[in-house]
Amino acid sequence: MRAYSRPTEFNWWLTNRTYFFFVVRELTSVLIAAYMVFLLVLLRRLAAGPEAYAAYLRFLGSPGMLLFHLAALAAALYHSITWFRLAPMAITLRVRGRRVPGATVVAANYAAWLVVSLVVAWIVLRS
Amino acid sequence: MIHRSEPFWWLLFAAGGSAAAVLAPVLILLTGIAAPAGWFPQAFAYEHVRALVSHPVTRLVLFGVIVLSFFHWAHRFRYTLAEGLALKRAWLPVAVVCYAAAIAGTVSAAVVILKL
Amino acid sequence: MMAEQTVAERTITLEVFRYRPEQESEPTFQTYEIPYREDWVVLDALNYIKDSVDGSLTYRWSCRMGVCGSCGMMVNGVPKLTCSTFLKDYYPHPIRIEPLANFPVARDLAIVLDDFMAKLVHVRPWIIRRQEEPLEAGEYRQTPEELDRYKHFSMCINCMLCYAACPIYGLEPEFVGPAAIALAQRYNLDSRDQGGRERMGILSTHEGIWACTLVGECTTVCPAEVDPAGAIQQAKLASALGWLRRVLVPWGNK
Ligand code: SF4
Ligand code: FES
Repeated sequence: MRAYSRPTEFNWWLTNRTYFFFVVRELTSVLIAAYMVFLLVLLRRLAAGPEAYAAYLRFLGSPGMLLFHLAALAAALYHSITWFRLAPMAITLRVRGRRVPGATVVAANYAAWLVVSLVVAWIVLRS
Repeated sequence: MIHRSEPFWWLLFAAGGSAAAVLAPVLILLTGIAAPAGWFPQAFAYEHVRALVSHPVTRLVLFGVIVLSFFHWAHRFRYTLAEGLALKRAWLPVAVVCYAAAIAGTVSAAVVILKL
Repeated sequence: MMAEQTVAERTITLEVFRYRPEQESEPTFQTYEIPYREDWVVLDALNYIKDSVDGSLTYRWSCRMGVCGSCGMMVNGVPKLTCSTFLKDYYPHPIRIEPLANFPVARDLAIVLDDFMAKLVHVRPWIIRRQEEPLEAGEYRQTPEELDRYKHFSMCINCMLCYAACPIYGLEPEFVGPAAIALAQRYNLDSRDQGGRERMGILSTHEGIWACTLVGECTTVCPAEVDPAGAIQQAKLASALGWLRRVLVPWGNK
């Protein structure tokens, strides 16, 4: 008897909500990397002197660039949330022979995230 | 070659994902939104930022998060291309192009940050 | 009396995937309208069809209590054990029932599972010893903590829901896949086992763990809380750290 096979179509990730959000999660890396390119350019303009730096900040202030950074921020937040949620899958922590529950690990990740963000913001913003 | 070195690329991906998860939101908020919008003018004044990035730790952190984010992107993007578009046959060229881009990004990041 | 009658008259529609290779080359969907009972699971509905409507419908089942793993099907596109999926969670909407995705269909709702069986054996799922201890040495002892390391990976009922949920398996049929990798990890993490290296040689390949991109659906659909996605991530980490150790301490190879 001939078995009937149902090959996966190239649009498989559009046919199912969770698959779609999986691809969104993967593609957040594009916006994050793009942001890192703009950050590098900012550092370059900074090295070129005060005028170049000011001009670049003006460019970053244009509506298109602000929109891009808002999108990048959304992508980065989505990345952080999904990353912290999945991290306990790879690393199982044990305290006195007992597995630390995933929720605890996730909570610890969030706490570390908050602390690092606050420290970075404090270092940059104190003047 | 890439098949054999898969653990290496995955380590870079995992490091990049962790670095970006912790640092990307706050960095985007600071340099992409707060600075151009003119919030905290003293903090983003030229002299102040200059002084900040002249510190070796700042440079190291910036270099690390930028470069690792590139490898994080390369890894995820190549899988998404190969699987999302079912480009299974183009698997190797896709991987080579993505990692080559990340390596090029690493070199330019090194140049920019060394010249700071 | 009246109320009871209206209850008895309630019906639900099942759209069932049919494929009879001797009479058709393409599958079709057949619609059955059957009585709706609040306490019925999808498997009860299929059994009702087979007993009272259409005896030619083919599907697998056995235990009716979520332990044998043979009744897996796609229910409205999601892989489910039909013996633990209640009609009341879908009623009054119609339910579409298909054979588990990503597998070839042998007939109606029954899939061909040879590939899965081969993959289970492929990962060497047994305790491997460099040298067996003589019988007089007694049994291999294990503490509860050591058991706890791998116990959840040993709960698999081989229902294949995770393979049906995995788009990577659909795209790359060579992928060893969630349940088989979880089974390999079950032995890798067993304190009595010494076959980790041998198994890693099979796992740390593209067809093994490196094809996985952590979609995570295998863990979501697993009815036995095996967490195959976790097993794969742990294997990736172990493989990556092993690689790092070999690069940094090349003389440390024992
Ligand atoms: S890992 Fe879970 S979903 Fe996969 S075959 Fe085993 S019990 Fe079923
Ligand atoms: S019939 Fe055994 S698991 Fe459903």
